[in-house]
Amino acid sequence: MTFTIPIDNGDSVKTAEADSQRTLYPYVTGTSIVAIKYKDGVLMASDMGGSYGSTLRYKNIERMKAIGKHSLLGASGEISDFQEILRYLDELVLNDNMWDDGNSLGPKEVHNYLTRVMYNRRNKFNPLWNTLVLGGVKNGESYLGMVSMIGVSFEDNHVATGFGNHLARPILRDEWRADLSFEDGVKLLEKCMRVLLYRDRSAINKLQIAKITEEGVTVSQPYSLKTFWEFKAFNNPTAGAEGSW
Amino acid sequence: HLSLRLSLYTHSFDEEEEEAKMFRNQYDTDVTTWSPTGRLFQVEYAMEAVKQGSAAIGLRSRSHVVLASVNKAQSELSSHQRKIFKVDDHIGVAIAGLTADGRVLSRYMRSESINHSFTYESPLPVGRLVVRLADKAQQVCTQRSWKRPYGVGLLVGGLDESGAHLYYNCPSGNYFEYQAFAIGSRSQAAKTYLERRFESFNESSREDLIKDAILAIRETLQGETLKSSLCTVSVLGVDEPFHFLDQDSIQKVIDTFEKVPEEEEDGGEAEAEAAAAPAEQGGAGDQDVAPMEM
Repeated sequence: MTFTIPIDNGDSVKTAEADSQRTLYPYVTGTSIVAIKYKDGVLMASDMGGSYGSTLRYKNIERMKAIGKHSLLGASGEISDFQEILRYLDELVLNDNMWDDGNSLGPKEVHNYLTRVMYNRRNKFNPLWNTLVLGGVKNGESYLGMVSMIGVSFEDNHVATGFGNHLARPILRDEWRADLSFEDGVKLLEKCMRVLLYRDRSAINKLQIAKITEEGVTVSQPYSLKTFWEFKAFNNPTAGAEGSW
Repeated sequence: HLSLRLSLYTHSFDEEEEEAKMFRNQYDTDVTTWSPTGRLFQVEYAMEAVKQGSAAIGLRSRSHVVLASVNKAQSELSSHQRKIFKVDDHIGVAIAGLTADGRVLSRYMRSESINHSFTYESPLPVGRLVVRLADKAQQVCTQRSWKRPYGVGLLVGGLDESGAHLYYNCPSGNYFEYQAFAIGSRSQAAKTYLERRFESFNESSREDLIKDAILAIRETLQGETLKSSLCTVSVLGVDEPFHFLDQDSIQKVIDTFEKVPEEEEDGGEAEAEAAAAPAEQGGAGDQDVAPMEM
């Protein structure tokens, strides 16, 4: 028995075989990415977790990678699709380098290329199930942008994906400034990541912070945030809801 | 008939007469046939076509590129052919030779440029465009026996991250970068003028660059009075997208150095005369040129 999903393009319906080639739902996923522009460039933070549904299965996944000389890509969502995107970008950077002519791909170009890729996949009903954050510095100008799995793309001074949209962005809206120093930027990101650690069930306490400036990309070693669980309310969590009804 | 031998019968310029004797031989029927001396004659004939077209000149400074051409009309009754095309805000091209081929290549360049802008939201580096153009000419010219080389030379001027550039693309598929160059008929006179001055071009101001371009055009006219109707001038630069200069601006530059005794001292009168009789200059020029080559 073939199971068909009718697609309203007038021409064809896809069979089960074709279905197995399309992404219908994600399997191994990364959670939020938070990124901000700061004085010398862009700072990006992510944890190292890969969830398999509700299981925190993989705990050593790097979800931020350098692209070319000038850009840094962070991804949340399906990890295998992120790896596919890295392969596309590898090819792009390779071809760019082969020209060997003094021109190089900047973050703006990479961001727009990714937007085209994501949007085109969405149009074929076969999305790359990621929300991507692209940051970089070229010729002194910082750049920070985001692309979603349906091809929505924009630039901003601070971005976040997934749960970060709900938990981190309010903090960033209040506390972000254009001339943040490196230390202040990291403190701000850690504040956001701590909230995510407390409140996002797919977050793990092992994060990396990446920095990109005119000089290049550095990704920190993984480390943990200090958390505090001795709040009085945690001692008797059901205090406000005694009883069975 | 695939070969461009037809063009040779119209040769009458002294400097090319000796070369004309070399060309008739049995290895020039096909573009995919090598001669025993290792030459592709059809490609060389295609390069001759460039010399038939009316002059086109390009020069660049660190921040600007100027492309200029001589307006030549088929007859008194017709308008002149467009030889300079905008490819993008930051790239322009001037052609000499078979204008029809030039138009097709300009369309290709526009297409490449706009596709790049669409995918990357940033201007296509000129150097990369020029390589693609050269590869296209090279493929057409040597890989298929049923095709012929493009019979047009292109002066591509543009701006990218590494500054202002001027390239010359040949029908052979070769391309070179220049500080200044001239192609087309009587371009040698312009080249001589440019050779004397090119070392200062890098630091030239925009105005001086335009003036040098018009003066170089004047060299190719060899005696004809220089009027703004006779030339087309285009500029592009940092903070200045590609655009054509209007006739008034060109005439103003001409007036700064051209002193013609029989016309009125007033620059306005010269303009009126130039506007009234543009076609006359066109017919007087190269009557030896085959009609398709401009």
